[in-house]
Amino acid sequence: MLNYLLRRILYAIPILLGVNLLTFALFFMVNTPDDMARIHLGAKHVTAESISRWKSEHGYDKPLFLNERAEGAGRATETLFVDKSLKLFALDFGAADDGRDIAREIGQRMWPSLAIALPTFLVGLLAYISFALLLVFFRGTPLDAGGVVLSVALMSISGLFYVIGGQYLMGKLWHWFPISGYQPGLDAWKFLLMPVLVGVVASIGDSTRFYRSLFFEEIAKDYVRTARAKGLSELRVLFRHVLGNAMIPILTGVVVVIPRLFMGSLIIESFFGIPGLGSYTIDAIQAQDFAIVRSMVFLGSLLYILGLVLTDLSYTLVDPRVRLE
Amino acid sequence: MIKPILLWSDTLILLLLATLAVLVWLARNNETLRGPWRQVMKTRMGAATALILSLYIGIGLLDSLHYVERLPGAPGQAAQYSGEVRSALDWLLTPLREKVEKTYSAPFATHLYAKETMTGRDGREIRDFPRLQHGGAHLADPDKDFWRDVSERASLGLLAGWVAWLLWRSWFGCRDGGARFGVSGVCSNNPASRYATLLILLLTMGLLIALAPHYHVFGTDKVGQDVLYLSLKSIRTGLLIGSLTTLVMLPFALGLGIAAGYFGGRIDDVIQYLYTTLNSIPGVLLIAAAVLVVQVQIEAHAELFNTAAARSDVRLLALCGILGVTGWTGLARLLRAESLKLRELEFVMAARAFGVTHGRILLRHLLPNVMHLVLITVVLDFSGLVLAEAVLSYVGVGVDPGMISFGNMINGARLELAREPVVWWQLAAAFLFMFVLVLAANLFADQVREALDPKSRGRQ
Repeated sequence: MLNYLLRRILYAIPILLGVNLLTFALFFMVNTPDDMARIHLGAKHVTAESISRWKSEHGYDKPLFLNERAEGAGRATETLFVDKSLKLFALDFGAADDGRDIAREIGQRMWPSLAIALPTFLVGLLAYISFALLLVFFRGTPLDAGGVVLSVALMSISGLFYVIGGQYLMGKLWHWFPISGYQPGLDAWKFLLMPVLVGVVASIGDSTRFYRSLFFEEIAKDYVRTARAKGLSELRVLFRHVLGNAMIPILTGVVVVIPRLFMGSLIIESFFGIPGLGSYTIDAIQAQDFAIVRSMVFLGSLLYILGLVLTDLSYTLVDPRVRLE
Repeated sequence: MIKPILLWSDTLILLLLATLAVLVWLARNNETLRGPWRQVMKTRMGAATALILSLYIGIGLLDSLHYVERLPGAPGQAAQYSGEVRSALDWLLTPLREKVEKTYSAPFATHLYAKETMTGRDGREIRDFPRLQHGGAHLADPDKDFWRDVSERASLGLLAGWVAWLLWRSWFGCRDGGARFGVSGVCSNNPASRYATLLILLLTMGLLIALAPHYHVFGTDKVGQDVLYLSLKSIRTGLLIGSLTTLVMLPFALGLGIAAGYFGGRIDDVIQYLYTTLNSIPGVLLIAAAVLVVQVQIEAHAELFNTAAARSDVRLLALCGILGVTGWTGLARLLRAESLKLRELEFVMAARAFGVTHGRILLRHLLPNVMHLVLITVVLDFSGLVLAEAVLSYVGVGVDPGMISFGNMINGARLELAREPVVWWQLAAAFLFMFVLVLAANLFADQVREALDPKSRGRQ
C-alpha cells in the first residue's frame, strides 16, 4: 500500500513537469514576454523602454533556461523557467499582474467554490443514480422509453440555456432567490440554492443516460439471472446486486472529479457572481493574466492526479478483490 | 461581376466532402460496410434525423461558397473588389441581410423596440415607437391590417409547402409496395417518418419564405440585423467546429491509440504519459491558454490577413485545431484498449507468423476492426462540439467576436433579459436552432451506435 502510494507520487512528478513544460512553452516561447508586455501596455504606449520596464516590474526580465550572466548554480536557477514554472511545485504561485498574491487568493476563493460544487456534486449524484435506477426498474415500459427520449432532449440543450433560463425564471420572474451575488458565512445559503439547482439540472440528461446504460450492461449478466432465480425481489436485485457491482465503473467516473471540486465551475460562478476560483479563472482569461492561468493549470493537474490516486484507493473499498501493490 | 474566394475553411470542407465521396464510392458494393448505414436509414429516428441534418449541412455548404463583388469602376481600369466576403447563402438571403433596422424589434413587430422623438402630424414633437423601416412596412395601418396580412401570407406559405411535399411524394415516393425506378426495396427504405419530417420541414420553410421578406420573423438584434439571418449564418460555424475538429483529432487518436495498444512496452508508456498529461489539464483552461496564444500571434501578424473574414476564418481554424489536438485522448484510450485485445487474436497472430510487416498488420488487420469505434465517437462528439462552441465564446476563447455564431449570438443577448420589456428573441432563436441541430445529431448518433456497436446488438 505504502509502496503503491510512493510509486504514484513519483509518477506524478513527470506528469506535472510535462504540464509545466507545456504551459511554459505556450506562454514564454510561442508568446514571448515582449508580446505579453505589449498586450498589457496597449498599442499606443509601446516603446522598447516601456516594455523592458514592464518586464522588470513583473519579473519577466530573465532568460528562459540559461542565465549566462549569473555565476555558478545561478546560471540554471536565475531563469524564468525556475522562477515561473518550477516554483509552482512548492505551491509558490507568485503574484498576479495586479500585484496580488495568487496563493492567498486561491486560499480565500476555494471556499465559495466548494460551497457550490460540493452540494451540486452530491445532490446530482444521488438524483442521477436514482433516476437511472428508476428507468431500469421500469425497463421495457413507456416510462423508460419516455425517460430516455427526455434525457436525450435535455442533454441537447445548451448548458448556457439552463443558467440563463434558471436565472430569469427563479430570479427575475418568481423572485425566489437573488439573481446573483454572494455573502460569506451562514447567510450564503440563499445565494447558493439557485446555482446548485441549475448545476444539477444542467447535466441531468447526460448523466441519467450514462448511468442507465451502465446499469443495463450490468443487468444482462449471469449473476443477475441467478439472483432472480433464487427468488430475490427485483428491488433487492437492483439495489444490492446491480448497484453494488456497478460501483467500480461509477467510482471510475466520479472519484476523479472530487479534488477538482475546489476549482469550481467557470460558467456557474461567473453567471451567479460567486467569488470563487471559477470566476477567478474566467476573469484571468478575459484579462489575459497568464500568471493566474498557469497557476490554475498546475493546480488542476495536481488535483486530477490526486483524483486518480483516490479512485484506485476507492476500488479497494468496494471490491475486496482489488489490492494495491 | 463576382470573383469566387476560397477561404481556408472552405478548402478543408471541400476536401472533407471529396474524401467522404471517395469513401462512399469505394464502399458502394461492399455489403458489410453498407449494411449498418442502411439499417440506420431504415429506422424511424435515423431517417428523420438524417433529413434534418442534411438540411443543416446544405445551409452550411451554401454558406461556404464565398465570393467578393466587383466594385463599379470605369471600364478599362484594373478590377477592384469589395473587401466584404459574401457567400451563396448571403446572396439567397439578400432581402433579410439588407433589411437592417435601427435597433431591437420584437418578432413580427411593426414598431421599433425603443421610443424616439418624432415630429407628429401637427408639427409638435412626440415620443413614441417609430414604425420599422422594413418589418411590416408595406402595411398602411398596422393595427388594422396586421393579422389579416400575416394570416394570408402564412396560409399561402403553408399551402406552398404542402404542394411541394405532395410533388416530392408523387415523384420520389412509392404507392403501396410498388417498386420505384424498377428497383424493389427502395420503398422499404423510406419509412413514413421521413415523409412526416419532410412535411414539417417544408411547411416551416414555406412559412419562413412567405413571411421573412416582409417581417422580422425572429425580430432584430441590437444593431438591427435580422435574427433569422444571424441564426442561419451561425449554422456554418457550428458545423465547421463539429467536423473540422474531428479531422484534426483523428490522426492523433488513430495513430497513437492503435500504436500504444499494438506495440505495448516503451511506446505504450510514452503514449500513455502523453495522454495522461494532456488529460490532467482542465479542458477549458488548456483550450483557453492555446487560444490566447493564437490570438496574440494573429494580432502580431495582422498583415497576413487582408479581410476581416480571412482573419476570423483563421481564428476558427485555430480553434478547431486546438480542440482537436487537446481532444484526441478519449478516443485514443478506447482504441488502445481495443487494439490490446485484438493483437492477441488468432488472425493477428497468424499474420505475424506469416511475416507480415507491422505497418501492414496495423493497416489491414487492426484499423478495419476498430473503425466502428471511430465512427461512433465521431458522430457522438459532433453534438458536444457544437454545444462547446457556445460555452467557449462566453468564456472569451471561442470564435472571433466578429464572426456570426450561436455562441456570439447568446453572448450578445444574455444581458438583455434584464431589460423591461424583455428582449428574449435573439436568445430563443439561437437556442432553438442549436437545439434542433444537436438533438438531431444526438438521435442520429444513437442509431449509428445501435447499428455499428456489436455490444448493443440484440440489446432490448
